[in-house]
Amino acid sequence: MTTVTSVILEIENVSKRFGGLLALDKVNLSVNEGEIFGIIGPNGAGKTTLFNVINGVYPPTAGRIKFRGEDLTGLQPYDMSKRGIARTYQVVRPLGELTVRENVTVGGCFGRENLPLEKAEKVADEVIDFVGLTARKEMLASKLNIAQKKRLEMARALAARPIMLLLDEVLAGLNPNEVADMLSVVRKIRERGVTIIMIEHLMHAVMNLSDRVFVLDYGAQIAEGTPQEVSNHPKVIEAYLGDPKVAQRFLEGSA
Amino acid sequence: MKTFSSPFFWLVLVVVGGVSLLPIVTNSPSLREDLFLMLMLVTLASSVNIIMGYTGYVSFGHIVYFGLGGYAAFYLMQNFSVHVLTAALIGGVVASLIAFLIGIPVLRLRGAYFALATIGINEAFRVLVNNLPFLGGSVGMLFSFSAYEPYGGGKSAQQFAYFAMVITALLTIATSFIIKKSKFGLGLMAIREDQDAAMVLGINPARTKVITYAISAFFPALAGAFFFFKNGTILPETAFELHRSIESLVMVMLGGYGTVTGPIVGAVVYERLRGFLITNPTLSQAHLVIAGALLLLIVLFVTAGVIGWLRQRFPAVRRYLE
Repeated sequence: MTTVTSVILEIENVSKRFGGLLALDKVNLSVNEGEIFGIIGPNGAGKTTLFNVINGVYPPTAGRIKFRGEDLTGLQPYDMSKRGIARTYQVVRPLGELTVRENVTVGGCFGRENLPLEKAEKVADEVIDFVGLTARKEMLASKLNIAQKKRLEMARALAARPIMLLLDEVLAGLNPNEVADMLSVVRKIRERGVTIIMIEHLMHAVMNLSDRVFVLDYGAQIAEGTPQEVSNHPKVIEAYLGDPKVAQRFLEGSA
Repeated sequence: MKTFSSPFFWLVLVVVGGVSLLPIVTNSPSLREDLFLMLMLVTLASSVNIIMGYTGYVSFGHIVYFGLGGYAAFYLMQNFSVHVLTAALIGGVVASLIAFLIGIPVLRLRGAYFALATIGINEAFRVLVNNLPFLGGSVGMLFSFSAYEPYGGGKSAQQFAYFAMVITALLTIATSFIIKKSKFGLGLMAIREDQDAAMVLGINPARTKVITYAISAFFPALAGAFFFFKNGTILPETAFELHRSIESLVMVMLGGYGTVTGPIVGAVVYERLRGFLITNPTLSQAHLVIAGALLLLIVLFVTAGVIGWLRQRFPAVRRYLE
């Protein structure tokens, strides 16, 4: 790419240890402004832990996190939210006894712009419309189906008017139609200028959507690059399928 | 402010205020006594609802702030002849301050652990006061005959205490309403539903909860000050009475936790019911059994309480009935 890009998020030598388990091992990555950055890796590779470290749920055991030039290492999740980092959860976490509109209003009220209630409600209406939940606005969040809950998570994160959005498996558990809808929502968010980091298991989606892909295995980086580069990387094939030679034979055998 | 443009807010205040004027209009001291108690229960239930219903922290021993406010105010009135209104306000501030300091460590606990800790706090203060000679120890404190003179004698002091309790109840209801309809209140409900998610959405739960706990301690302290002023005596056993605390939780559950009017309805219904059972010759022995069975039925079948059930059953009223 020839366009001038600026780095928005820098992760330097970040490690996270839980007792005897090294969940993240000296991870280095940098995300450019406005890009969709995919994170993939086998189950238990440390992807969600990486998100938790980026948005302050866990402080890193070692290393630095810089966002827009500011060192945010060790700040709390609510500080991250005020600085423009929003996220969705892999396992959805709706505020069940609140309505869809109230859920999304929370995002607006306490997000980057720290809006007063009335303004946050206006933003909520707009965002709810954007993700296509207007018809369910007054429903309790607990009554939504899984696809709607995923949209709600997205709306709540967007109402915070984030600069960077962390999407943790927003496509998991959706049927093909719902996946297609969600992908178009993600693209539209990027068009608004929001930087997106997404964890995803659905390979074709990640490969189609991402500008760059980062691969984690056992907490360590094993590859980084464009989707094409990554998908041909021997270490990636090994991580997903085991021994590359066996994998090769497996692929040939099945062909 | 959204609250002040809500007709329902004014309706509730006018109804409660209007009913409070009945004993004056009818010139009935016994009705006044009944309503004094009822307004006190409304105050206790509404304020525990702020921390329990909105924020999800079941403050089991919340009566401790009623006792602390009562003791602080009584001590000031007794020893320094401070006017009851000033004394009550100081009592409120003292209770809020203590709640603030206790809340910093205790509100880190979740669920049953928090509830148990609040019982411990109430018991600890009861024992402490029992052993403090300057607060009268286990025999408590008693007003001298002249204590009511600045208020124009005993009779008008009773009247004065009643009006103070009316204002306290109205203030509590108004505060409860304002919090519920504010950005702050939305943050509380987010904490109640999922504290970790709330934190990621930008809410600082530790700070928010401690402020809320301090607010919810203020009004019981006012109620305590006026109650013991009217009584003319205060004892550790009457100030830190755990069963009063439990009763106020029953009222909140009965009326509908997390709603504004639920605790009011709950307090009135519970008090009426108890009055009926105690005075009924065949049921008087069984009144606690019936109250217990009632609580069990609510918890099992109508978890949302009266107001909560109405809100669930008729979604159309949700916008008006808070």
